[in-house]
Amino acid sequence: MTSARTNPLALIAELTHRCPLHCVYCSNPLELRSRANELDTQTWSRVFREAAELGVLQADFTGGEPLARTDILELVRAARTAGLYINLITSGLPLDEARLDALLAAGLDHLQLSFQGAREEIAAEISGTKSHAQKLRVLEWLKSRRVAVTLNFVIHRRNIDQLAEMLALAESSSATRVEFAHVQYYGWAFANRERLLPTREQVAHSIEFFKRAQQRLSGKIRIEYVVPDYYAKYPKPCMGGWGRKLMLITPTGEALPCHAAQIIPELHFENVRDRDLREIWENSAAFQKFRGEAWMQEPCKTCDRREQDFGGCRCQALLLTGDASATDPVCSLAPTRGNVDAILEALNAPSAAEPTLTTPAWLYRLNPA
Amino acid sequence: MTPDANSKPRLAPGCRLSENNQQRVLLMPERALRLNGPSLEIVQRCDGQHTVRQIITDLQQIYSKAEPKKVETDILGYLTLLHDQRALDFDA
Repeated sequence: MTSARTNPLALIAELTHRCPLHCVYCSNPLELRSRANELDTQTWSRVFREAAELGVLQADFTGGEPLARTDILELVRAARTAGLYINLITSGLPLDEARLDALLAAGLDHLQLSFQGAREEIAAEISGTKSHAQKLRVLEWLKSRRVAVTLNFVIHRRNIDQLAEMLALAESSSATRVEFAHVQYYGWAFANRERLLPTREQVAHSIEFFKRAQQRLSGKIRIEYVVPDYYAKYPKPCMGGWGRKLMLITPTGEALPCHAAQIIPELHFENVRDRDLREIWENSAAFQKFRGEAWMQEPCKTCDRREQDFGGCRCQALLLTGDASATDPVCSLAPTRGNVDAILEALNAPSAAEPTLTTPAWLYRLNPA
Repeated sequence: MTPDANSKPRLAPGCRLSENNQQRVLLMPERALRLNGPSLEIVQRCDGQHTVRQIITDLQQIYSKAEPKKVETDILGYLTLLHDQRALDFDA
């Protein structure tokens, strides 16, 4: 059966794939969309209105670098006029004080500044650019402005031992929220996994660190963390369940249930140029495909946890088992858990502590044509 | 922490009241709270003008059938929760 349909609560608007950074774990697909094919201002504005009518409360403006859009102020105004709360997830690179003020005047509610580390050296290695100093400037500008600020740190083996420095940076800023989100292994990150995945010991240390930080900063800074699910006992409730809470629109207008869904070969995605958002959400084959429980295999089908984690992540199931309908292989109950354990064993073997000359070099994210 | 009776709660930056499909909601970074009845009455008064004591007095009048001490405890609990979510600042 298909469980009762819910309204999406957030719309992830990938405004562009263009970006001044080249992060080795970028969540964009390997096949990037070019500027010439991006949705125009009018189409995005219509999408925001349709989203609000569908019950969406928040828009996450992301990319690529959303500030690469020259019409960003119009887009913020359009989404705000539609009644949405506006989160902007940015590298901070294309910002100056005047542009920041213009964004706030247009109705930006919440600015999330992404960091590749606490120091220039590691940030430059990961992003393939020099951007850390500019991020520190943006943090200073934000101190005197009335806007919610989150610092987003993406965590992996090369920076997981610098958490204390990252937290100190957050404490010296006006941020009321910090995300320490471990890399998720899809797309560019999947290609670079061998160099990004931390050791079991590093993960255990980091969890202790996050718990202590949450206690100490309670009421000052909200700390949210995501650990690498390869080390988890049960899978994450990916996107809060397929087609349950979130909808993502690509720069060229495809409506997806998650960032990576386009890797699943049997799915066809509707485009917002051709269809109303409600029609896509309620009836499109792609959103119906893994909604509810009818698609589940054992052990998910009869598992007590199926309403908590919804079987985990479909894209991860595909990447690690070859079957998008399989139980997420990170689950300790999955028959394919051995696939994940083999990866972890190789990494955690005493001889494999540090990347060697035979470890492949970083694959940097490119820019679209 | 328990809020000071003389402090004036105010929605933190990036937190605001909104409405969607006739439902009042408090929007904040990456989350939203549905507001009904007492929770809406409280949040509407978190404007930097009302003191905590005034909010308590107002709600004790609106909900005059409820035990006044219980109303006070519930309000202090709710303000603390919103503060822990970083949705409120308290002006002196």
